[in-house]
Amino acid sequence: MEKFTKLTGIAAPMPLVNIDTDMIIPKQFLKTIKRSGLGVNLFDEMRYDREGREIPDFVLNKPQYREAQILVAGDNFGCGSSREHAPWALLDFGIRAVISTSFADIFFNNCFKNGILPIVLPQDAVEVLMKDAEKGSNARMTVDLEAQSVTSSDGQVFHFEVDAFKKHCLLNGLDDIGLTMEKVTAIDAFEKKAATLRPWA
Amino acid sequence: MTAPRTLYDKIWDDHVVDRSEDGTCLLYIDRHLVHEVTSPQAFEGLRMSGRKVRAPEKTIAVPDHNVPTTAGRDKHIDNEESRIQVEALDKNANDFGINYYPVNDIRQGIVHIVGPEQGWTLPGMTVVCGDSHTATHGAFGALAHGIGTSEVEHVLATQTLIQKKSKNMKVEITGKLRPGVTAKDITLSVIGATGTAGGTGYVIEYCGEAIRDLSMEGRMTVCNMAIEGGARAGLIAPDEKTFEYVKGRPHAPKGAAWEAALAYWKTLYTDEGAHFDKVVTIKGEDIAPVVTWGTSPEDVLPITGSVPAPEDFTGGKVEAARRSLDYMGLTPGMKLTDIKIDAVFIGSCTNGRIEDLRAAAAILKGKKIAPGVRGMVVPGSGLVRAQAEEEGLAQIFIDAGFEWRLAGCSMCLAMNPDQLAPGERCASTSNRNFEGRQGFKGRTHLMSPAMAAAAAVTGHLTDVREMMTETV
Repeated sequence: MEKFTKLTGIAAPMPLVNIDTDMIIPKQFLKTIKRSGLGVNLFDEMRYDREGREIPDFVLNKPQYREAQILVAGDNFGCGSSREHAPWALLDFGIRAVISTSFADIFFNNCFKNGILPIVLPQDAVEVLMKDAEKGSNARMTVDLEAQSVTSSDGQVFHFEVDAFKKHCLLNGLDDIGLTMEKVTAIDAFEKKAATLRPWA
Repeated sequence: MTAPRTLYDKIWDDHVVDRSEDGTCLLYIDRHLVHEVTSPQAFEGLRMSGRKVRAPEKTIAVPDHNVPTTAGRDKHIDNEESRIQVEALDKNANDFGINYYPVNDIRQGIVHIVGPEQGWTLPGMTVVCGDSHTATHGAFGALAHGIGTSEVEHVLATQTLIQKKSKNMKVEITGKLRPGVTAKDITLSVIGATGTAGGTGYVIEYCGEAIRDLSMEGRMTVCNMAIEGGARAGLIAPDEKTFEYVKGRPHAPKGAAWEAALAYWKTLYTDEGAHFDKVVTIKGEDIAPVVTWGTSPEDVLPITGSVPAPEDFTGGKVEAARRSLDYMGLTPGMKLTDIKIDAVFIGSCTNGRIEDLRAAAAILKGKKIAPGVRGMVVPGSGLVRAQAEEEGLAQIFIDAGFEWRLAGCSMCLAMNPDQLAPGERCASTSNRNFEGRQGFKGRTHLMSPAMAAAAAVTGHLTDVREMMTETV
C-alpha cells in the first residue's frame, strides 16, 4: 500500500449528502477481477451521459478540478455497498483524501486499506473547507496526517482525529495481513481453545 | 462479578484473539462467506504472496450477483465479464479447497440465504462476507457484517479481522404489529426514524415483542437492512424459534454437539442492566405499511402519505431531496398511491425467502398483474424455488403473469441482465433505492412483498390493507 504522509493539492467540492458507493462506482464496473483502471469510471453515471460524453457541469469534469486529489463531501459519504471498487476508483483517479462530517463504516475502513485518508470534521469546519474548495485550482489545501491537520488555502487550520493504529499503518504503508501473520501463535492458541469451548463452530 | 453485558459484548468477548493497548483487537471469524464480485482480487492477492486459505472448512462460496436468472445459465453466461467472474470463483473455490455451491447446484442462491439455509450460520458466531448485507445473519444472534476485498483477503489468510469495538444501540419495537404490517415495514420505519447515518459506529440489537413475534425469515429481513441505517451489524437474541430453525440443517451440530451448542446459545442474551449507548423505541402499532419515495432508504413514508417537498427538510437534505424528486420524476404533494409503476421485483436477500413468496402469493392468488406492468419473482435460492413450486406458489405467480426465475441477486443490483430501462419505475422488495441501482436511470420504490404484490395488481403504489379487506 502507498504511504500517506502529507498532501497539498486541489480539493473538489461535492456538497451532496449520502453519496453512495453505487454513485462512486456503478455496478457494471464491478465485473473486473483487477484492482486498477477504475478511475475513468469514477462517478460514471454523474460524469458521463449515455453516449459516454462528459457532462460539463459535473465537478470533476470542470477544468479546475480535473487534477483534484481531495474531495470535500456532504454527510454520510460512501454509504451502501461494501465494494472496495469505490476506494479503488477514487485512488485510480488520483483522490488521496476525502473530507466529510461522517462516513459509512465499511467504506471508511476500505479507504485505509488503500492509502486513502478519510477525514471526519465538524459541520462548521467542513463548510469552511467546502467554500475553500469552491475557489478552484488556484486554491490548494494541505492535509498532514502526522500533524492530523487540514489547512485551507488561506491558512485556516483544522485538527482531526484518527485512530492511532490506522494512522501508523497509513503513514508507513503497512500491509495488515503481514502484521496479523506475526500473531499466528495467538491465532493457533485461540483455535485450540475454541475447539474445546465451541467445537460445533 | 462481571458487569452486565449486551449480546454484542458477549459475542465480541468470546472472539478476541489479541487486544492491543489502544483497544484494537484481532477478532476470530467463525464463518466466511464469499461471492464472485468482491473476492477475485483477494484470491489473487493470496496467490501473489504465496498464502493459503487458513480455514477452508469455515469458508463458503456461492456465485450470486452476476448469474443470470434464466434457464441455460449453467451451460453458458452470455456476458463475458460476468462469465469470467463466475469462472474465477469456480477456480478459486477448487484451488483453495473451500465449500462451494456452483451455479448448477440446487442449493445455489444468494449468499445470505444459502448460509442460514445450510446451517452454516449459527448463534453466537462471527460471520463476515465481502457484502454489506451480511448483517442478515444477525437474525440468529450472530455478529455478522460486511467487509471490503482487502479484508476478505485478510480473513482468507488469517481467519481474523483487525477491529475496534462499536458502540451498543438498542432498537426496541414494542407491542404488536397491525394487520398488513411486516418485518420490511419495521426495518424501513427504523431507518426512516434514525436516518441512513443514524447507526454509524453502532451495532444494533433489535428487541421487543414485535421482534420476538417475527419468524426467522422476518428477523433476517430486519437485520438485513441494519446496514442501510449505517450500523455495522444488527443482532437479535436467539430463542426457541432460532433453535427450531437451525435444528437438522446440514451444517448444524448434531447429537451431543447439538446439546452443548444449545446450552451455550441459551447464554446469548443481553443481561439485565447492560449499558446501551443509544436507545430507540418505536411502538409496533404505530408502524404502517411503508414505501420509499426518494433515492435513499431513509426516504420512507406510510403508503397513506404524499410526496414531500424539498422545503420539508433541513440542511444538506434539502438539495438531496430536490435531486431525488427530479431523479424519481415526482411532484411534491402527489399522493403516493397515485404513483404508477412499470415493473415489480420480488426477491433479494432482504425478501427472497419462502415466507416472502407466500406473502406475495397470498395477495396475488386469483388476480392478474396490471396491463403494461412487468413482474419478476426471483427466489433467494434453488431450495426456496423448489419449495415454492411444491407449495403451489410458483403457479400463482405464473398465473398472475409474473416471470418465475432462477435464484440470484438479480434486479436488486442489476449486475446481471435483469435491469430496469431508463425512466422505468419499479415496486421492489429489495434494499436500495439508490440512483441507477436497478438499472441506469431506473426508479425504485422499496416495500414489502405484500405491498409489491398489491402494486402489481393495481399498477400503482397501493395500500395492501385495502386488498386484504377485500379478501376477508
